Amino acid sequence: MLVMADRITRDEVAHVARLALLDLAEDELDRYTEQLAAVLDHAGDVEALDLADVPPMAHPMPLRNVFRADELTPALDRDEVLSQAPAAEDGRFRVPAILGEEP
Amino acid sequence: MSGTAAALAADVRAGRRTARSVVEEHLAAIGAGDGEIHAFNLVTTDEALAQADAVDAKVARGEDPGPLAGVPVALKDNLCTRGVPTTCSSRILEGWRPPYDATVVQRLAAAGGIMVGKTNLDEFAMGSSTENSAFGPTRNPHDTSRVPGGSSGGSAAAVAAGFAPLALGSDTGGSIRQPAALCGVVGLKPTYGRVSRYGLVAFASSLDQIGPFAATVADAALLYDVIAGHDALDSTSIPEALAPTAPGVATGVDGLRVGIISEMLDGSLAPDPDVARQLRAAAAALTAAGAEVDEVSVPAAIYGLSAYYLIAPAEASSNLARFDGVRYGLRVDAPTTGEMQRRSRTAGFGPEVKRRIMLGTYALSAGYYDAYYGKAQRVRTLIMRDFDAAYERFDLLLSPTSPTTAFAVGAKSDDPLTMYLNDVYTIPSNLAGHPAISVPFGTGDDGLPVGVQLLGPNLSEATMLRAAAVLEEAAK
Amino acid sequence: MTATMPTDGVGITALDSAAGLPDGWEMVIGLEVHAELATKTKLFSGARNEFGGEPNRHIDPTTLGLPGSLPVLNEKAVEHAIRVGLALNCAIQPSVFSRKNYFYPDMPKDFQISQYDLPIDGEGWLDLPNGKRVGIERAHLEEDTGKSTHVGGSGRISGAEYSLVDYNRAGVPLLEIVGRPDLRSAEDAATYVSELREILVAIGASDGKLEEGSMRVDANVSVRRTGDPFGLRCEIKNVNSLRSMRRAIDYEAARQIDLIESGGRVRQETRHWDEASGRTLSGRSKEQAEDYRYFPEPDLLPVVPDPEWIERIRATLPLLPAQRRARLAGAAGVPATEASVVIAVERHLDDLAVGAIEAGADPLRTLTHVEHNLAVEGADKLTARAFAALVTMEVGGQLTATQTKAVLAELIDGGGDGDPRAIASAKGYEAMDSGSLEGAIDTVIAANVDQWERFVADPAVRGKLSGFFIGQVMKATKGKADGKAVTAYLQQRAGG
Ligand SMILES: [Mg+2]
Ligand SMILES: [Zn+2]
Repeated sequence: MLVMADRITRDEVAHVARLALLDLAEDELDRYTEQLAAVLDHAGDVEALDLADVPPMAHPMPLRNVFRADELTPALDRDEVLSQAPAAEDGRFRVPAILGEEP
Repeated sequence: MSGTAAALAADVRAGRRTARSVVEEHLAAIGAGDGEIHAFNLVTTDEALAQADAVDAKVARGEDPGPLAGVPVALKDNLCTRGVPTTCSSRILEGWRPPYDATVVQRLAAAGGIMVGKTNLDEFAMGSSTENSAFGPTRNPHDTSRVPGGSSGGSAAAVAAGFAPLALGSDTGGSIRQPAALCGVVGLKPTYGRVSRYGLVAFASSLDQIGPFAATVADAALLYDVIAGHDALDSTSIPEALAPTAPGVATGVDGLRVGIISEMLDGSLAPDPDVARQLRAAAAALTAAGAEVDEVSVPAAIYGLSAYYLIAPAEASSNLARFDGVRYGLRVDAPTTGEMQRRSRTAGFGPEVKRRIMLGTYALSAGYYDAYYGKAQRVRTLIMRDFDAAYERFDLLLSPTSPTTAFAVGAKSDDPLTMYLNDVYTIPSNLAGHPAISVPFGTGDDGLPVGVQLLGPNLSEATMLRAAAVLEEAAK
Repeated sequence: MTATMPTDGVGITALDSAAGLPDGWEMVIGLEVHAELATKTKLFSGARNEFGGEPNRHIDPTTLGLPGSLPVLNEKAVEHAIRVGLALNCAIQPSVFSRKNYFYPDMPKDFQISQYDLPIDGEGWLDLPNGKRVGIERAHLEEDTGKSTHVGGSGRISGAEYSLVDYNRAGVPLLEIVGRPDLRSAEDAATYVSELREILVAIGASDGKLEEGSMRVDANVSVRRTGDPFGLRCEIKNVNSLRSMRRAIDYEAARQIDLIESGGRVRQETRHWDEASGRTLSGRSKEQAEDYRYFPEPDLLPVVPDPEWIERIRATLPLLPAQRRARLAGAAGVPATEASVVIAVERHLDDLAVGAIEAGADPLRTLTHVEHNLAVEGADKLTARAFAALVTMEVGGQLTATQTKAVLAELIDGGGDGDPRAIASAKGYEAMDSGSLEGAIDTVIAANVDQWERFVADPAVRGKLSGFFIGQVMKATKGKADGKAVTAYLQQRAGG
C-alpha cells in the first residue's frame, strides 16, 4: 500500500520552485509552504481507500492506436510566427546565452 | 436582449433580420454594460461586423449560412483565435496573436456564428471566481458585488448580461457548470473527447473539455451540436458520429430513472440549506414530469477533490512549462536563457497559477509520483467504478452544481482550499470523463440564482438535455 | 576487416591503433543510438521531416508547441519502430508515451514526448559479424529537438553571446535504441554501430547518416579490473563519426583507468567528446536541477499493435545482413565470420557471390575475387552467369590469375554481362599447354643455373626464389603462363 509523504518542507518548496523555474520571495516561500501543506493534507483523505488492486486511470476514454497518416499538412508562415517572438534574427528565435548542454 | 439564439438564427436565415443588425445590437449592449461587468478581455467589433456581413452576403446569394447564422458568440479567452489576441487572462500571454484557430472556432464560423469577443477567466482557467485574472475580476450581472464563478466567469456573465446569447467556456473541474449556476444560465460540460481540444490552451489535458453556455437549454443543445464531433487533430477525440441533440430536447423524461447523489444532498458534502431545498424541488419537478427519482450513493465521489488537486496541477505544471519567453508571450530580459526564462515566468504568472505549478511539480517530483499522482489516478478509477455502478440503476444523476450561490468578490481569495471546495460536486464528472450540465433552478435565500447539476454516463448528452429542459420549464 | 567498415564520410582506415588497455583491465561499453526515422512528416504532426533547408520552415502549431496544439501519432513512425524491433529480435509490446520534463530552448514545449517505462520494442539482440551477440535492452519512440546556433565567442555554446533557435528538426521521429553493456572494445562498438546502420538502411527505417546527425550515438563507458563488477560509467556525447566514437571510447577508458590507478574515483557524469583536443570533457554544470518528472502523456493514447499488423510488417522485411552472411557462408561452405563473407555482404556483392557459386563457380575463388578484385565501381552490375563462367575458366587453368583479373575488369567496364571467353580470346589469352610451359621453364632454368642450384639445395629459400622464376617465365611467355602451374613444375623438378 502506498503511503502519502511527510509534510512538505520549506526546503522542498524552494527546490520545487527551482524545478519549475520560478523565483519565490521569502514570504512567498512561507505562504506556499503553508498552502501546499494544507492542500496535500486534505489530499491525505484518500489514505482511507484501499487502492492496492485498483489500476491507475490515465484517460477517460479507452481509445487505443490513434494514428495519423504520414501526410504533409500546411506549414505555418514563418514571418507570422516570428512576429510573435520576443526576439528573432535570421529567421530564427533569438535567446540569450545558453548555459550548459541539453540534458 | 432580444430572443434566443435559435430564434435569431431562424430570423437571419429567413432574411427577416440581418446578421449585422443582430451583431450591432449586441455590440451596443456590450458597450453599454461591460464597463461594469468586465465579461470581456477584448471585444472584436471589426471582426464581428465583417463576419456578420459575410453571413448576410450568403443569405443574399441564397446559400445556407449555417445553423448559427448571425448569432453572437462570446469565446473564453483560452481558445486560440487566429490573429486575435488570446491571453488566458495572463500577463505571460498578453498581446499574443495565435497563428491558428481552435477547431471549435472554425466550427463556429462555419456554422455562421459570430465571435463578438474574448471573455475573461481565472488565469489559465485556474479558479472558481474569475478573480484570478491579470486583467481584473468579472462581476456577476445579478449582483455586481458578487463573483460570477469561474473559471469561465466572463462567458457565463456575458450570457447572463445579454451581451451574447451564446458563449463557449472550458471545464476542467467545473469551470463551465459552476459559473453557469452562479450566473443563472445553462452550462454543459460534454463527454471527454466529444469536443475537440485542439486550440484550447491546456490546463489539465485529461480533464479539459470545451462546452456551451446559453440562456436556454435548447440554445445550449444548438451550440453543442455545432461544436461536437470527431477531430483528427485531437487524439482523444471520440471517433463515432452521433445524432444532433437539439431536435429531441423537448421530448420529456417520462420513465427516466434519476438518482440523487446522497453524499451531495445531506451527506458529508451537503450544500447550503437553501441550495439543498432547490435540489429537492428539482427532484420533485422531475418526478412530476414522469421520472423515477431515488437516492443513490456514489461513495468515491467524496475523494474527487483530493484526486483532482493532484492530477490537475500535475498536468498543468507540465502544460505551462512552455511559457518560457522564448517563442511567444512575455520575456523579461536577462544575460542567460535560464535566467530569462525564470524571470519571465516569475513576472508572467499570477499567484494561483504559481501555486498550482508548484503543487503539480511537487506531486510529480522524484520519490512522490506514486504517493501523489499515481495514487490520484487510482482514485479516479474508483470514482469511475462507483459511477458505473450507479448508472446500472439510473439513467442520470442529480446534485447541486455548487454548495452556495454567488459569493462576494474577495470572500474566498485568501484561502485556496476553501475556494477549491466550490468544485466539490463538479469535479467527479471531469475525473470520470462523463458529461454534466448545470441548469438554473430558482434562487437562494439571497435571491441569487441556484443551479442544479445533471450527470450522466459517457455520451448521454441528449438524455441530459431533455431532463434539463424539463427542469427549465418547471423553474419558470 | 576494420579497414573496410563503412566509414560515414570519415576514413577510419587512418585510425591510429587503439593503445591497448593495461594488463588486467577491461572496458565495458553500452551504446544508445538515436536514429531519425525515414518518414515524410514529423512524429506528431504533418510538418515536413527533412534535413537542412531554411530555418523554421517546417513548423506548425504542434512542432512549435504553441498553446492549444496537440500531438497525433504518425502511423508510419510506429511501423518503422516495429520494423526495427523485428530486425533486432525485440519483443513488440504495448507502449505508452510519457512526458520528460525539462527546460531547454531547443525543446518547444519544455518537455519531450518519449516512451518511458513502456517502450514499443522490448528485449532483443544484434549479432555482430564477428559472431559476438550484443543485447538490446529496448528501443523507444520519441521526438527530436530543434537546433541552436551559437553566435559570438567561438561559435560554440560556451562563451557565445546569444543563440538562435531553429525548430525544423523539432518533432522529427527518433527511435532510441538502447544496447546492453556487452561491448568490450572500441572496435566492437564501431562494428555494432556499422551493423546497426546497415540494418536500419536495409529495412528503410532510417538513412543512418552519422555526419548529418540522422544517426547519433551516445556511448556509456566504464572500466573494471577483469572479473570485478561493473564500474561507474560516463556517458560520452557528441561523437559524430565512427572514428571519433572509437577515439572517444579509447580515450575515456584510458582516462578512467589512469584516474583509478592514481587513487581517484570515476564520477558518473555526461562528458562531451572534443574532436579538436581528442579528449572527453566534463559537461558544464547545469543551470537547473535534474528531475524529469515523467508521467504518462495525457494527449496521446496507448499503442497496442495487433499481431496481424506485426506479421504484415515482418513479411516486408528484406534479408538482413546477418541472414545474408549466413546464406553466403552456407553456399560457400565457410564460417559466416570469414572476412571475405563479411566484406561481400558489406559491399552488397553477396547476391552475386551466391549466384556465381550456385552457377557452379568455385566458392573460395569466388570469395577471393569478391574480397580483392571487386571493390570497383560497376561491380554490382556484374552478372552471376558471367562471373561464374570466368571463375570456372580460371580454375580450369584456361586463364592465369593475371589474365583473369584483366578479363574481370573488362567485363565490368562492358556492363557486367559480357562473355569472358570472347574477351579472353580477343585479348589473345590462350592458356599454354603444359608441354610448351615446361619447355619455357626449362629454358629459364638453363639460363639461371646459380639460382636453380640454390632452389634445389635449400627448401627454405624456395618461396622467395619461385617468385624470381615466375617473373622470368612470365617475361618469356609474355604473361601467358600460370604462376601456380610454374611453381608446381619447379617443385616437381627440384624433387619435392
Ligand atoms: Mg538516452
Ligand atoms: Zn532519447
